[in-house]
Amino acid sequence: MTEKYNMPDERGHFGPYGGMFVADTLMPPIQELNAAYQRYLKDPDFIAELDADLKHYVGRPSPLYHAERWSRELGGAQIYLKREDLNHTGAHKINNTVGQALLAKRMGKTRIIAETGAGQHGVATATVAARLGLECVVYMGSVDVARQALNVYRMKLLGAKVVAVQSGSKTLKDALNEALRDWVTNVDNTFYIIGTAAGPHPYPAMVRDFQAIIGREARQQCQEISGRLPDALVACVGGGSNAIGLFYPFIDDKSVKMFGVEAAGDGIETGRHSAPLCAGRLGVLHGNRTYLMEDEDGEIIETHSISAGLDYPGVGPEHAWLKDIGRVEYVNITDNQALEGFHALTRMEGIIPALESSHAMAYAMKLAPAMKADEIIIVNLSGRGDKDMHTMAQREGIEL
Amino acid sequence: MSRLTARFEAFSKTGRKALIPFITAGDPNPDFTVPMMHAMVNAGADIIELGVPFSDPMAEGPVIQRACERALAHNMSLSRVLTIASQFREKDRQTPLVLMGYVNPIEAMGYEEFANAAQRADIDGVITVDLPPEEGQEYIALLKACEIDPVFLLAPNISDERIKKVAAAGSGYLYYVSLKGVTGAGHLNTADVEIKLKQIRANTSLPVTIGFGVKDAVTARTIAGLGDGVVVGSALVSKIEANLADLEIARNEIVELLTSMRQAIDA
Repeated sequence: MTEKYNMPDERGHFGPYGGMFVADTLMPPIQELNAAYQRYLKDPDFIAELDADLKHYVGRPSPLYHAERWSRELGGAQIYLKREDLNHTGAHKINNTVGQALLAKRMGKTRIIAETGAGQHGVATATVAARLGLECVVYMGSVDVARQALNVYRMKLLGAKVVAVQSGSKTLKDALNEALRDWVTNVDNTFYIIGTAAGPHPYPAMVRDFQAIIGREARQQCQEISGRLPDALVACVGGGSNAIGLFYPFIDDKSVKMFGVEAAGDGIETGRHSAPLCAGRLGVLHGNRTYLMEDEDGEIIETHSISAGLDYPGVGPEHAWLKDIGRVEYVNITDNQALEGFHALTRMEGIIPALESSHAMAYAMKLAPAMKADEIIIVNLSGRGDKDMHTMAQREGIEL
Repeated sequence: MSRLTARFEAFSKTGRKALIPFITAGDPNPDFTVPMMHAMVNAGADIIELGVPFSDPMAEGPVIQRACERALAHNMSLSRVLTIASQFREKDRQTPLVLMGYVNPIEAMGYEEFANAAQRADIDGVITVDLPPEEGQEYIALLKACEIDPVFLLAPNISDERIKKVAAAGSGYLYYVSLKGVTGAGHLNTADVEIKLKQIRANTSLPVTIGFGVKDAVTARTIAGLGDGVVVGSALVSKIEANLADLEIARNEIVELLTSMRQAIDA
């Protein structure tokens, strides 16, 4: 028996990755957050409150659905979908925002801030802030504000202030920079809810722990349904929160293969992609060391993906580590392939997936036919596709 | 003894407070920077902090963010900043020069290569904003081996324990960030700064400069009196931004502001 997986170390390192690469102005709030997180993670009252919220507010457990017709059509392994699209607000993001918002409440913070790309994390944050009566400010790149108007409106309805960020590339990474600046300025009353498994320690570990409910449920559900563990897991990876949430409870189950699917955009060879694990370089961004999309001078470069939620130049540091130790295989799917996955699931199972999740679907379509009919793949259906109707229609030349 | 240490030691004998201007290298174009640096020295600058542009400057306010964007639009890079530093040194061998930037461009170049290149460019100190002592042990050792002072920031909410830790890792001077927030933000509360400086002095003997939020001569004088020097950045960079069409005016306004600060501090 090999040693149990136990990462990160106490300063947030996953091997050479992760850490706390922040200006000293951020050190005190991060240390305060880390202390609270370590404390409440072991507090039975906190866990009970979190579990109750996940059950009654989020609607957990989410089903593990056997996509029988699609599996038969593909002619290989049995595909099971972890239905995070059925959560309140339509994606896995709420698992984490519920957890962090409860933490904020315990810490006595009255103001919540968040960054968002596609708007799913922003909506999930505005949702929990509304429920707890907390002030909420969401930072969003002005480019994303324009292309995700529906989610901007949802956030405003929920009472959040949406700030359009004009700096840099005006997308997710710049929204994250701006949220960090806000946090430095308003540390006394403000809690920063980061949506992905990146950022300085303790965020990558904390987001993972709040999202690990996905994998814990899937593990138990798979055993109940089939009497055994799955053979493979598939999830899309932008920053990597839904993927780490699914993977983490299976890391010590060596028989379970894991595939993290990055966005290849127009194709890795074109350079127009969002696949730092597949084709990036090592560097430091947003408080952690990881794989990045950067030029040879170390400046962060623009990323490309049809899916706004995967359009991020970094990736959670734990994924960088899982790549290096070979526990997870990181693959990539182009925009066009993702669209095939989108249509396949929609037409075969009557489920419209988010464009992010469509990358995982497209990879499952490659993987399943090469496997045996009695083998099981769990694919994380991390969000529903309603938010992407405009993007899809535009892409296919249809006016709504 | 490093240029920075020597300069602060000399000042401690005469009571002079250091005036430390900051500009971003290559803002608004690479040709502007070296003449501006010489002009700042003539206007009374004792040390120059030269910003290394980065695509994602997390601790900067909008003024210096935009300075980074202007510089990057001219393909400014860490290696080109070092070239600018060398050009400055052709005419000025005395004024200590401190680079201020983020760790990713340095990682991309490689810690050791950077330390050696910075030494060749005759750099005196480096502020690496997002590299705290905990993450920077190897890097700090490499800088010190090249006789470059690693300069660290101290935050307003810092504890005694952390001041000691940061001071132990740093040399040259410490840079007290007098405001919670980003560069160029809001208003300074001098009473708070005074209390904090006492706490810092009780925990380190390194010189302490103060910056973030210093916009005019009166504030510069008050702040300089509380520490060993005053850093002024966004107030200068905004002169560049306001006069992109006529950089001669920008240069004159920067010189004017620094001159008035120098006079106020020395009065």
